[in-house]
This record gives sequence, C-alpha cells and structure tokens, in this order.
Amino acid sequence: MAYSEKVIDHYENPRNVGAFTKDEKNVGTGMVGAPACGDVMKLQIKVNDNGVIEDARFKTYGCGSAIASSSLLTEWVRGKTLDEAMAIKNTDIAEELALPPVKIHCSVLAEDAIRAAISDYQKKTAE
Amino acid sequence: MVKLPIYLDNAATTSVDPRVAEKMMACLTADGVFGNPASRSHSFGWQADEAVAVARQQVADLVNADPKEIVWTSGATESDNLAIKGVAHFYQKKGRHIITCKTEHKAVLDTCRQLEREGFDVTYLDPEPNGLLDLDKLQAAMRDDTILVSIMHVNNEIGVIQDIAAIGEMTRARGILFHVDAAQSAGKVAIDLQKLKVDLMSFSAHKIYGPKGIGALYVRRKPRVRIESQIHGGGHERGMRSGTLATHQIVGMGEAFRIAGEEMEADNARILQLRNRLWNSLKDIEEVYLNGDLEHRVAGNLNVSFNYVEGESLVMALKNLAVSSGSACTSASLEPSYVLRSLGRNDELAHSSIRFSIGRFTTVEEIDYTIDAVRNSIGRLRELSPLWEMYQEGIDLNSVQWAAH
Repeated sequence: MAYSEKVIDHYENPRNVGAFTKDEKNVGTGMVGAPACGDVMKLQIKVNDNGVIEDARFKTYGCGSAIASSSLLTEWVRGKTLDEAMAIKNTDIAEELALPPVKIHCSVLAEDAIRAAISDYQKKTAE
Repeated sequence: MVKLPIYLDNAATTSVDPRVAEKMMACLTADGVFGNPASRSHSFGWQADEAVAVARQQVADLVNADPKEIVWTSGATESDNLAIKGVAHFYQKKGRHIITCKTEHKAVLDTCRQLEREGFDVTYLDPEPNGLLDLDKLQAAMRDDTILVSIMHVNNEIGVIQDIAAIGEMTRARGILFHVDAAQSAGKVAIDLQKLKVDLMSFSAHKIYGPKGIGALYVRRKPRVRIESQIHGGGHERGMRSGTLATHQIVGMGEAFRIAGEEMEADNARILQLRNRLWNSLKDIEEVYLNGDLEHRVAGNLNVSFNYVEGESLVMALKNLAVSSGSACTSASLEPSYVLRSLGRNDELAHSSIRFSIGRFTTVEEIDYTIDAVRNSIGRLRELSPLWEMYQEGIDLNSVQWAAH
C-alpha cells in the first residue's frame, strides 16, 4: 500500500512521543482501541489553569496511519482550548493525511482518543 | 554496500534463474521452438513436443515419478483444484467426505468450501501449536465414506514439514486417496514418489526459480487414480487438462526442476546457515516468538512474532526489506493470519508476525543488514508502543478491558 508523504513523515519523525505522569491533576489520559484489532492509542494532554492544552504526548501500537494520526493530533491540540480540541473531527485528520478508505478507522480512533483524554481530565477536575 | 531493497519473500515467489530464462527465450521467436506441441504434421510441432517431453521428464525426475504421471497446469492453485474437485467428482458415488487441515493454502480450503456447497462433507483438522498435524486426530477423522485426504507438504507461512510418508501409509491402508500440495516443498525437500504413498501432488514453477503461470499435477498410475477434468477442450494431457501447452513456460519449469534436483542439497545447506544466522541474532530480543516447529521446517523459512509491535508498522519500518506480514493489513482485509490463529496464537501475536523467506540468491551481507534493521526497528517501535510500556510496568494486558472497535 502506498502511503502519503505526510503519513510517512509523521511515521518516521513522530512528534511528541512519550508519557506524562498519569496521576497529575492537570493531565488527561485517553487510551482507545484494542490489541486484537491491531491498534491501541494512548493520548495524554496537559491542561493549564486557563483550560488550554499546553502540551500533549502519545504512544501508539498500530499501522503507520494510526501512528501518523495520533502524532498529527498531538500537534493540533497544543494551544487549543478543550472545546476547540473537542471539535476536531476524524475527517479533518483523514483529509490532512490523505488516508485511503481502509485507513479511515485510524482517524476515527484518534478522534476517540482526544475525546477520551479530555473526558478523563474533566472527570479529575470535577472531583 | 548491499543493494536495496533486499528480497526476503521467496515463499511468495522467486526470481527466474537466468539459466531458466535462457531456455525459455529459445521457445518464443520465429527462430526458436515456438510451434504448437499438438501439431503432428510438421517439424515445428515435433520440436515443441520434444521440448515438452524433456521438461516432463525433468519434472518427473525431481520427484522420482513417471513422466506419464505429470499433467501440466497453470500453477499450483489449478493443480489443487483439479486434484480435489477431480477426485470428488469422479469418486462421489463411493463417498462424499474429505479431510484437510485449517492451515492449508486457500487454493485447497476454498476448493473444499466449494465442494461443501455441492453437498460434500469436509473435516478441517486443527494443527498442533507447532503447526504439525497430530496423526491420531487424522486417524480418528477418517470414515468409511472418506474419499480424499488433502494435506500440504510444507506450509507457505510457517514452513513446517508435515509427515506425508506416515499419512500416506494411513490413507493407503484405508483405501483413501491422498493429495499433497507440494508448491512450497518441491526442490527444497527430497520427494520420492516411488516410496511415498501419495496419489496426487501439486507443483508450482515460480517458487523454485521457474516462471509464474505454470505448474503440474502428479496423478499416480499404479495404483491408478482417476480424476474428472475441470477444463474441457482439445483433450490435451490425456483428457485431464485441455488447452494448448505453453512450451516456453513448460520448458522453464523443466529446467528449474532440473537445476533444483542438482543443487538442492548445496542450496539448502547454505540457506539453512543464513536462516540460523538470522534467527540466532533475533531470538535474544525480549518477547520474540518463533511461529511453527524449528526442527520440522524447510530451510528458507523464518516466521517470527515481535510482541507489542504491530506488523504493518514493522513492515513499514523495514521498508528496505521485502518481507511478508501475518497481519493482513498489508493486503486487502484487516484480518490477522488464519494460519497463525489456527496454531492458537492470539490476535496480537498474529498481527505482529513477519515471515522472512530466504532463497538461492540471498547473501550473508543481506542477512546482516536485515538483522540490524529489525533490531533497530523493534527498539524504535516499542518506544512508540503503549502496550510495551504497559508490559514493562508489569500490567497483564489480558486483564485490561479493551474497547473493541
């Protein structure tokens, strides 16, 4: 399968790989997917007092498109408010990376990941 | 400096040996042997017929058969179809039960599925975790109405060698016909059809440095095996497979089989050394699993699962290596390898498998490059893998509630 240049770039030079400490109050963690399905994404956001995502990290088990989708997402969410980040659509990711139809699920997973991370953060702050 | 990319997918297909290509080219143009082997009225036909006879002898010689027992086909897929459907249709009054194994090639499995739609009953045996058949289970599956057992000699994905000598004894004792798909074994494992009680055997040319588009089916004469033809026409190949013989393809297959007969032993020794060099340099990586039995295995095959790394991303990382992934993300569907699943491997390990298949033209420099590339990529991808991180933290991944999607 031929990958787009953007997928290959993110795959070969993934942005913001790593992890934050899960327990920190200003960190939200989203883990989506399943090993049996061939992809698992872990996305973490660090949110400042103004409700702006100031940093993000990811780790992904999956194909090149899944890695690229999550890498791109970490770039996009930085500097965004939670509401703005919630508004990111999988179709935006798929379009930016020129994902073929069989890889659309990778972008869906990335959207699920940011929503899960935000929800985790909100749950923590509500406590 | 090694030339990139490196070809390590010889179980998918091989390049044509230059000696084979040369013979083939002499059967195409006006100054060559281009005639129709079925033309009886002029020298063009006679020459082509003679070239086909030589090739038939060469193929028969490799497996110690009689040339009259060799039927040309378009490849192993057609041979499998002809053998299984041919036997089923001819002997259906005797019985309608067939036995095969879940790890067979799709050419066998899908043919059996078709026969099920026609009212035949098929038993699909589970292999043991090492990929080999438990012959007691085969024995137990045999019934009075069983007409055919179809078991491959060497598995295309994991390279394990089934004990076809023992299976042949069992089927012959019960009066059941035995078909063997030998696409992956001919020219790599010694085959003696005077000794083996195999009734039908499928061959392919392009797995052993011959051209694509040509294969053969061995059909035993003593005791005589009958098959109903699947392609009708001019009555070529004693009525078993009609169609003008492709002289250049057949000559290529013959030459490939001749070379294999002469060089198999030396090739195997060298290839096995390379395989051992590769495996010995990969097996100490943490969480690496060999798929299929190591002892009963063809020399060129190494199939390894790298836990916590997804296969397609690994193939992408190994962009300078032409290898196959058991994660069929690389092909049309998103299903993990059915062969690895049949061994009891879980989805994750099936998804993370790579098949290296070494061939006649693989060099030690290429293997050394491969070792470095794999070790580096595994390290890099595990740094990216949340599953690896969890494994390192001591989390049991089976205890996690995953959101399947």
